[in-house]
Formats: sequence, structure tokens, C-alpha cells
Amino acid sequence: MAQFTKATSVKDWLNQRLAIEKVEKVMGSEYWIPKNINFLWAMGMILAFLFLLLTVSGIFLLMYYQPHVDTAFYSVNYTIMSEVDFGWLWRHIHAVASSVTFLIIYIHMFTAIYYGSYKKGREMIWITGMLLFVTFSAGAFSGYMLPWGQMSYWAGMVITNIFSLGDLQFNGLVEWIRGDYAPGQAFLNRFFMLHVFLLPLAIMGLIGLHFAALRIPHVNNQDGEEIDFEAESKKYLAGDKKGSKVMRFANDFLSKDVMVLGIFLVFFFYLVFFHYTFALDPVNLDPADGLVTPKYIYPEWYFLWSYEILRPFSVNIGLIAFGFSQVIFFLLPWLDRSPNTVAASRRGLFKYWFWLMLINMIVLTAMGKLPPKDPFSTIGLISAVLFIVMWLALPFITKNEKKA
Amino acid sequence: MKELKILAVVVFFALVTYWLVEPYAHGIMHKKVDTKSFAYSDLDETTKGVMSKTGDASRGADLIVNGGCTGCHSVNVASIPAAMDAVSAAGAFGVNPPDLSNTGVIYDAKFLAELIKNPAHALNVEHKFAPESGKMHPMVPFYGAGGDIDQEIADMIAYLKSISVKVEDVTPAMAYEDACARCHTVDFVNYTYTGKIPAFKSKKDELAFEINVLEYEDSLKAYMGKLPPDLSMYYLSRSPHYIRTFMEDPQSYLEGTSMPRVGVTADSAEKIVEFMADSADSKRHQRDEIGTYVIYFSIIFAILAILWKKEVWRDLK
Repeated sequence: MAQFTKATSVKDWLNQRLAIEKVEKVMGSEYWIPKNINFLWAMGMILAFLFLLLTVSGIFLLMYYQPHVDTAFYSVNYTIMSEVDFGWLWRHIHAVASSVTFLIIYIHMFTAIYYGSYKKGREMIWITGMLLFVTFSAGAFSGYMLPWGQMSYWAGMVITNIFSLGDLQFNGLVEWIRGDYAPGQAFLNRFFMLHVFLLPLAIMGLIGLHFAALRIPHVNNQDGEEIDFEAESKKYLAGDKKGSKVMRFANDFLSKDVMVLGIFLVFFFYLVFFHYTFALDPVNLDPADGLVTPKYIYPEWYFLWSYEILRPFSVNIGLIAFGFSQVIFFLLPWLDRSPNTVAASRRGLFKYWFWLMLINMIVLTAMGKLPPKDPFSTIGLISAVLFIVMWLALPFITKNEKKA
Repeated sequence: MKELKILAVVVFFALVTYWLVEPYAHGIMHKKVDTKSFAYSDLDETTKGVMSKTGDASRGADLIVNGGCTGCHSVNVASIPAAMDAVSAAGAFGVNPPDLSNTGVIYDAKFLAELIKNPAHALNVEHKFAPESGKMHPMVPFYGAGGDIDQEIADMIAYLKSISVKVEDVTPAMAYEDACARCHTVDFVNYTYTGKIPAFKSKKDELAFEINVLEYEDSLKAYMGKLPPDLSMYYLSRSPHYIRTFMEDPQSYLEGTSMPRVGVTADSAEKIVEFMADSADSKRHQRDEIGTYVIYFSIIFAILAILWKKEVWRDLK
């Protein structure tokens, strides 16, 4: 049993019981970060902050939201927006934060792809990150059901239909997922549970795992330089702060995180107060009606690229392509066969692969929203095929890459 | 500097994506209808006779009372009551005919001139009352009282204008109630077909009222083909521009719809839009005010954060 002595201060008292000084060192002052990184490395902190905002605003919304098909729409669009003091503020923050979270996730992901931050022991960071992407996607989708507007209902109908798996006709599975033949009360209740309980819980666990996965391989840097963290941190602690290649997480890198967050918040609150309609689709401001199909059904912008990989093909091929697009990102650390962990700009063919992939996914995103008629459906089809071909080609174009 | 270049690349791709997904895609998906400024210029030809005359309000009063108008319309300010209650009137005509007290200020004069002469044409619903269908618009056209019909109509409009409240006294609720409420409910602000739902002393009164509303809805459904939508969220689910241009001519968006042209003046249209904004987006003024302060706060926070970072990093670089 540990030896406890009479505490000399509150800090000492806590220290004997919780080792707070040690925790502070491990989590902050002696958590070493390379200096050679730019503001893109602060996206993780922004995402953590956005998740905090989503949780807090979600708790306030939960106090007034009613998960019932007859009252859900009214409780969101009237009670919360008009009756509850600052209910509109929480809803706008929640809606805008969910959309912006995906923007930052995509920036975060493409940063990792650009700098090769999924290689050399960083595979688990990539995998847990992708799992977070999947759980956030499920969270966004389940949350989109809750206002029970036209797009909630019809998106719920379309997305759950995917589980019939085309000609396999798994209609029983679709009914099991919906709890009914069509989206109804059972459907709304289960997505409510997923959105406010199971998925946030899974996300919190995965965020912990994502951070933990970062400890051993350390954060990557702009040049993919392999840093001797042991030696460099000794240098720093000996007083050579300028000469050391690393810095403390707190307050050194934290000050930059907060700076980036501060600038980001100006943009974020501008969206919340003055430019929020992109996050509150007008179609979903009509109450759900199973007898009136909206003229255009489209998912939120962050799902459009994968929707467009599903849509231009016939049902069965589309489902296979869609399934491919959902799992292929997970395999990136193994599909990229080059040993180089450097920025894409120094990596031969991969440089072109990266920019083409980015542009192609933006094209897919745009075509996923536009009505499925020419020229959009043809462009969408070409882009979808290109997406698949590019992933299949990745091992071959990276295999013979010269050492950078 | 390198960081600013990276930021420029990120912002560029984000903005391109935004532009494609929002303004561009919505521009392709939704029909663009320009406002005609509530000029009703398609009625210039048929109403030029009436519009060139100067009306006499006292003769107009006689025509309104003796010309048959008050058989269906009430004129509350002139103490002329409705012949029937709203539910019976809807049963007889499909929809409750409006009270004429403020008709002169809420609706456009040219529109009124055409409406009196040829209701189905003024309302843009001639497709619903084609001769071969055997159906007649429930409002009987005015065929004249023996004199110059254009002069008579000008007199009636002069009378309607003389009894109306002043334009600056028309509230958003008055404009909405007169022009829209007889077909549309607005649940969020407790408006039904007869205006604001009153407070009830007993459950019995409340149920009786609700039964009346249901009966009214049955007539309306039969007359319009479907129940017209509740307008609580239309300010946000459509847009102010959509609402204005839709009122000007519903056919421009929904060809063949049984919704009539509303015929209001530009001023009344703005008041109706404001009424709908108060239902769908009641906190918009608070949002704008607080939003400005929050942006100022964020800018100050960002400046302090930049200074802190500079302070910390002075020792590092």
C-alpha cells in the first residue's frame, strides 16, 4: 500500500492520491510535439472543440426535443426556435457545428494523406480516425432524422433501402432496421437513441483511442523527418529551446492551437448567426409526409461524393461501388506501397494522384447534389469510375517510387 | 508566409465546393422567377376603361349594396354583416368570401377592376373553370347596373378605398388575414381560417370550434382539390422572394395549381412576408443583434490568442 503523509497543500493532497503532476507532464508539458508543423496540425484540436460544442448544444436541445412523429417537427421548429430562450442559438450551433465538423474532418484527412501521416507505425491513427469518420457519419445521419422533416423522412427511406442490397432483396433486413415497413415511430425512436446515446458514447471512446494511437509513433511533421524525441526533449529541458526540434504540447503548441481556434471561431460564429441556411436544408423545413416525395432528394453535402458513387450505376453495380468507396479509405496505409513518409509534393506520381483525388471528390460532391440528368449524370459516372480506377491504381503507382 | 499559402489553398477548395453545392446546384434545381413588382401589367388592356375613370364613392356605396356584392360579402365597417357564418359560406362557395372593409387598401386597384368584371381571369384560375367543365367561379361577375360599366366599377373601387384604413395603419396580421387566412392556417401563431384562434373557457367550446374548422377544411379541400398547406415555416422553407413571386402569380411556379393570384399591392405583400417571418423566424432580430456582439468578441479573442502565441513562440524560434 502506498505511503500517505500529511498533506502540505491542496496540490500535495491531490498529488498523493491522483499523481496530478505526473498526469500534467504526460498530457501536457512533457508531451513532445515536433516544431516543424503548420496550422493544419491544429485541425484535431478544432475537431475536439467542435465535438464539445455539439455535445453541449445537444444537451440543451435534448431538454426540449420530443422524439414523436406527431410532435418532433413542432418541438424543433417551434418550441426550440421560438419558445425556448436562446433555443435558436443552440440549434444553429448544433446544425452549423455538425456541417463544419465534416469540413474540418475532410481537411484533417487530406492533410494526413498529403503528408503520409498513416505510415510507419501511424496506421492505427489512420484506422481510428476512419472509424471516427464512420461514427460521425452515422451520428450526422441519425441526427438528421430527428426534426422529422421531409428530407429526414425521405433520406431515411432511401438510406435504409440500401440494406436490401439490390437483387439480393433483403427486404426483411430493411424492415428490421426500420422497425416498420416505412419510417415511422419505431424508426424515429431508434435513431433518437443512436444519436443521443450509443453514437456519442462510441465517438468518445474512439477519440480516446485516436489520441492514444498518437503517443507511440508521435505526431508526423511537414518533412516526414524522423526525430529522436528522447534526445531532442533532453535538449529542450536542458534549456536549448531554440535548438531543439521539439516543443512541449502545453503551452508551446497549445498556444498555436488556441490561435488557430480563435481565428476559426470568427468564421464559425459568422456562419452560426449570418450564414446558417446551408446547414438547415429548406426541404427539411416541411414536415414529413409519406405521400409527397420531394422533387429532389439529396443528402447533406458531406455525403454527396459517396452518394454519387452509388447513383450513376445500375442498382447492383452501384451498391458494389458504394461499398468499395466506404471501405477503401481504411486500406490506404497498405495500398500506398512507397516507403516515403514525406509531403506529396516530393513523391513523384503520388503528387498527381493526390490532387486529382481531391478534385475528383469535389466533382463527385457537386454531381451528387445536381439533378441526375445530362451532363451531370455523365460527369458523375466518369468521376465515379475514375475514383475506383485511381484507388486500384494506387499500389502500382507507389510501388516503384524512388526514395525521396 | 508558407502557412498563408496553405490556408489560401484550403480556402480555395472549400469555397469552390461550397459554390458548386449551394448557389450553383440550387440555381439549377429551382426555377428562377423574377418579380413583376406587383404591376399586374397583363391586366392593363382589359382594365384601361375603368382605370381612366374617376370614381365616385357615394355612387359606389349604392352599387356595392344594391349590385349584389353584399349578398355574399360582409362590410363590417359599414355595419353590413355576413349573410352566413364562415363554415356555411365555405359549404356554399368552397371558401369563405372576404369582408370588404379593407379590400381597397390591401389589393391593387387594377386587380380589383378585373376581379369585379371577370373574377376567374383576374385570379388566374381560368383553367379550373373552362366552359366545357361546366364549372363556374363562385364569385359572380358584375355585369353592370345599367350605366357605363367602367364608370360603375370605378365608383365601387372608389368606395372600397374610401372605407379602408390608411395604408400605414394596415398591420402584417391584417394583410395576412385578408389575403391568405381564408385558405391557409399558420399553426405556429395560432391562426386558422377565421383568424386568430380565441382562448376557450370550456373544453366544449374548444371542441365545437375544432369541429367547425374540420367542416371548413372539408369544403376547402373539395374546392381546391387538396388542403392548402400550413404556412408556419414558409418564410424559411421557401424564401421571401419565393413568397412574393408566388403571390404575384402562383402559375409561374406550379402550372395548373388551383391557388388563385392574390392580387395584393407591393406594400401588402411585404406585410404578409413580415407576418410569415414572425411565425417561422421570430427571433431574427435578436439573432442579428447578438450575432454582431459575438463576432466582435471572437475577433478580440483571436487577436489575444495570436499575441499569446507570439509570446510563447519567441523562445522557440
